[in-house]
Amino acid sequence: MDALLHQIFSGLASGCIYGSVALGLVMIYQATHHINFAQGEMATFSTFIAWSLIQAGWPYWAAFFATVGITFVGGVLVQRIILRPVEKAPVLTNVIVFIGLLVIFNSVAGWLFDYTIKSFPSPFPQQSVLATRYFSAHDLGSVGVMLTVLAALWAFFRFTPVGLAMRAAALNPESARLVGIRVGWMLAMGWGMASAIGAVAGMMVAPVVFLDPNMMGGILLYGFAAALLGGIDNPGGAVIGGFIVGVLENLLGAYVIGTELKLTVALVLIVGTLTLWPNGLFGKNVVTRV
Amino acid sequence: MSQGHTMNRQLAWALGALLVVAVCMLPFLVKNYRVFQFNLVLIYAIAILGLNILVGFNGQISLGHGAFFAIGGYTTAVLMDKLGMPYWATLPFAGVLCFVLGFLMGFPALRLGGHYLALATYALALAVPQLLKYKKIEGLTGGVQGIVLNKPEPPFSFRFLGQPLNADRWLYFFTLAVAALMFLLAWNLLRGRIGRALVAIRDHPIAATAMGINLPLFKSTAFGVSAAFTGVAGALGAVCVAFVSPDSFSVFLSISLLVGLVVGGLASIPGAIFGAAFIQFVPNVADELSKAAPWAIFGVILIGLMYLMPTGVMGLIGTLWARFKPKAGAPGA
Repeated sequence: MDALLHQIFSGLASGCIYGSVALGLVMIYQATHHINFAQGEMATFSTFIAWSLIQAGWPYWAAFFATVGITFVGGVLVQRIILRPVEKAPVLTNVIVFIGLLVIFNSVAGWLFDYTIKSFPSPFPQQSVLATRYFSAHDLGSVGVMLTVLAALWAFFRFTPVGLAMRAAALNPESARLVGIRVGWMLAMGWGMASAIGAVAGMMVAPVVFLDPNMMGGILLYGFAAALLGGIDNPGGAVIGGFIVGVLENLLGAYVIGTELKLTVALVLIVGTLTLWPNGLFGKNVVTRV
Repeated sequence: MSQGHTMNRQLAWALGALLVVAVCMLPFLVKNYRVFQFNLVLIYAIAILGLNILVGFNGQISLGHGAFFAIGGYTTAVLMDKLGMPYWATLPFAGVLCFVLGFLMGFPALRLGGHYLALATYALALAVPQLLKYKKIEGLTGGVQGIVLNKPEPPFSFRFLGQPLNADRWLYFFTLAVAALMFLLAWNLLRGRIGRALVAIRDHPIAATAMGINLPLFKSTAFGVSAAFTGVAGALGAVCVAFVSPDSFSVFLSISLLVGLVVGGLASIPGAIFGAAFIQFVPNVADELSKAAPWAIFGVILIGLMYLMPTGVMGLIGTLWARFKPKAGAPGA
């Protein structure tokens, strides 16, 4: 029983990371109907920025917020410079551009920071009254950070004028443009925020899995599975999907198939969800006119 | 006019014959290591051709063809290693197995359009190396170590231009013959009714259905054929490299094939050769800069081509040809 509870709690902790990766994917999907294949590599790159700031002697939280800021600007720039020209291009063009971005971020990270595995500090103390045998302080802390990010996002979209404008731009670009919303910039903001969420997820997962340029490869796949399971147009669903996938992965890994086939589980989840419930558990049914 | 036509035809024959002679002489003019590289170019060309049938002609996006390449390679390696089959006899098995797997993969693909299919196949590419390492099938696949094979010896030997016909040169001719056969097959398949049906499905699925094309059958078959081509390429790859291991079929192999496809040109059969040469030789040059440099260059080229030259090398050649060829009926033609 203890072991089972332990598996479930650590599943929730990693589910939190998957949920936030999924959230970044959903934000971009809602606005542009594109799936960002480079989400994971961009998050890894941001984590490397945080790592070098910490190496340069910055205190952890200063490096954390600086990285989030830099990543936000980076995401906006990527959207404005690279993706805007192909916004209306066919799907294949977009997929290829995303793959190009993936490859560039991966190799530049390898180029600048080389391929050796690096340890990344955790901001949470090793010994803590809150830590029990079920979960470590870092698990608890990262769940807390991710939930804070979620609450902040929800409040931003619900209560601020800019959040409202961004929702309008995603929902109905033409009408939004007519009432004076700068739709292009709203999309770019969405990209910035999605990248920043990815950066937070990267910094939270790096102390657990260690930092190298391919750190997010598997995590991105789980993020995809989470987003699809929760319904790719539903941010709340993405987070719940993340938790489900995290727990499922841990339980299957511990009791059924072992840890060697983790990526296969993700593949089965993705293909299974797409064929059996194409809209996910919480997604809308979309009817298209011919 | 008709005389000009015959002259053109004669010229084309002469050029073709010259090309065949040049291609056959090539391995005797260069060092052994270069011959090995040419073998890989031919192999990648078959794989890219397979990918092109699916992506370029049928409009289904696959980021996972490295998986079929791996399955083809492993089929050959296991058959040679465990059953002692000769290398040439394993190719049909690799092709058929990949056809069946590709056909099956084509079923979920029917429900997935565009981005989703790219995603599912991307997951496939990431998962296959891990599957190959799986402990329970280690007896068959050799696990993380992979399988080491013997390079087949040539059945006869001679010297030409001072160079012997060694294993790599023999494999060059073997691969060349297989590649020629595969290109001929693809050309035959795509130029007729089936090819037109595939293109119709790509350009307007609803109109294609209205014209009586069986959409599910054609799409899954395209997936199967494409996987079979890539599987045969993988099998040849296993023979030429004489080694397979899970890590040689990472997700970056799939991305390489995509790069080759885009460079060569979507929906172009000869483009596959340019694409293959590109993914074989450009990394070699760029490697001297840094280990990461080839991939950075690949990425920049992928995005750059999408902006500037979305039709690839063959598209560029076509455009130049259309601009500079003597106009039909113009004076002097």
